[in-house]
Amino acid sequence: MTKNPFIGLYIIMTVLLVLPFVLPNSFYVDLAIRMAINAAIVLGLNLLIGFAGQISLGHAGFLGIGAYATAALPTHFGWHPLLALVAGAVAAGLLAAIVARPIFKLKGHYLAMATLGLGIIINIVARNEAAWTGGPDGMPVPAMSLAGFEISGDKHWYWIVAVMLSVSVWASLNMMNSPFGRALRALHGSEVASKVVGINVVRYKVAIFVMAAMFASIMGSVTAHYVGFVTPNLADFFHSIELVTMVVIGGMASVYGSVVGAVLLTALPQALAAFEGWETVIFGAILMLSMIFMPKGLVPTLAAKFSKAG
Amino acid sequence: MLAEFLQFLFSGVTVGATYALAALGFTLIYNASNVINFAQGEFIMLGGMLAVLFTQGGLPIPLALVLAIALPALVGVMVEKLAIEPAKDAEPVTLIIITIGASLVIRGLIQVWLGKGTFSLPAFSGDEPLQILGATLMPQSLWVLGVTSIVVVALWYFFNRTPHGKAMLATSYNREAAELVGINTNWVLLLSFAMSAALGALGGILVTPITLTSYDVGIMLGLKGFVAAVVGGLGNGLGAVVGGLLVGILEAMGAGYVSSSYKDAIPFVLILVILFFMPRGLFGGKSTDRV
Repeated sequence: MTKNPFIGLYIIMTVLLVLPFVLPNSFYVDLAIRMAINAAIVLGLNLLIGFAGQISLGHAGFLGIGAYATAALPTHFGWHPLLALVAGAVAAGLLAAIVARPIFKLKGHYLAMATLGLGIIINIVARNEAAWTGGPDGMPVPAMSLAGFEISGDKHWYWIVAVMLSVSVWASLNMMNSPFGRALRALHGSEVASKVVGINVVRYKVAIFVMAAMFASIMGSVTAHYVGFVTPNLADFFHSIELVTMVVIGGMASVYGSVVGAVLLTALPQALAAFEGWETVIFGAILMLSMIFMPKGLVPTLAAKFSKAG
Repeated sequence: MLAEFLQFLFSGVTVGATYALAALGFTLIYNASNVINFAQGEFIMLGGMLAVLFTQGGLPIPLALVLAIALPALVGVMVEKLAIEPAKDAEPVTLIIITIGASLVIRGLIQVWLGKGTFSLPAFSGDEPLQILGATLMPQSLWVLGVTSIVVVALWYFFNRTPHGKAMLATSYNREAAELVGINTNWVLLLSFAMSAALGALGGILVTPITLTSYDVGIMLGLKGFVAAVVGGLGNGLGAVVGGLLVGILEAMGAGYVSSSYKDAIPFVLILVILFFMPRGLFGGKSTDRV
């Protein structure tokens, strides 16, 4: 590969810079913000699925931890929103580490099962502890303010999310080519071989899972602030599946694939609104068809075609 | 005290039997293909919903029930033929996503076709409860337990005494070796999907008079069946049955003695505990890694 891997990042940054000036109304700005938030979450999840070869079926649970920390800590204890965001991320990271350590010593899809359970438990707690979380109806989120300046509305959050996404893409690209990233790819290739060359397999896997969880929690906090309201749906099983789907459709282990997958799947419900009642069927059919015909995902498949043609 | 305990035990064993049938379905498909079939819960839903549809449509009850098992089995075959077989060499994550896609399609079609309502079936032998040491037992619970026991015995016979069953077992031990001795492993895969769909549907039909059914019951039932399969050690038939009963009983005890609003969380707490302390499940064997 002689191509500069950062070209895609420049394209993404250019698009993010131009978008606010060409989007016709706030509906599209809202859509763009949600796409960027999802893209950032999916980048983290893709490091886990694509590079460590482990699947998390409860990732929305970590999102929920961040979102509810951001909503509940300032509301009930008067914490500063930024502190609440950090607390949420630390809690998500700790939880991930506690769950992951014993599980990564095993081979197979045990993380999928453990995260599935964890995500559903978090969702059930959010639904039941109404005094703290507002129960199934959810709760409002106090506004984020920095040095007396209140951050609210589409404009502010657009730029914050745009910067976060650009930094995430940049960091992911760098990480792939760092010793850490190479170790992760080696893990996915052969665990035994990586052990032989001296990679501490369990430690690397735990590290990547904790990072993905903390990242999801932070983006959960951002989502909560942006929307101004949290409901348990943010943390439900279906949302976890959507996130995994974004990874797989875009392309496992592909940084740009994460962004493309998130953008496409965030737009999909809008596109399907015309087929009222049939959304679930069409969503499921798209999942199946794209996995059958493009198991490597959109971006790697197209990239392979493109380089063959060129 | 005893009456209360028995009451919880009865309801736990009854749902547990449904989880056991679902867990057996997971196990069958996992053994034949290493695929974790997340559409398993939809077969449970299909069984219940189709049984309601056919009996309300006026079909004689035995015919309605046979159809409500045969059609989901056909759907299982279609899922295997159209979705799993074309992608057989894909990564496990990809196959999991395919089965999730299949579950969405099945659930969505039923929602469009039959709506979002909740339906019920009349109990097979009336609603007159039996009194046992102060606790009540619905006759339908006996149906659930009786039929599940028969199915378990039949499956044992199938796997240990018939050539087809032995072919399936051989495939689960070593696919290539099974092919070398002339076993048609594609056919085994197809059969395992048909059987596990039929098992799920049967569970769905049996439990509908007690728990009711709607287009979305498959999600939780399927996930709990999955938990049961893992608790018993994924891939182990006996483990699946014991796991199902255990999940059902703990859930009912938890709902009764601890908190009914956390009922649905109990199986998932259980799965975390099992993974921490008994990672291969109660009956799972040791695994070795080939380089």
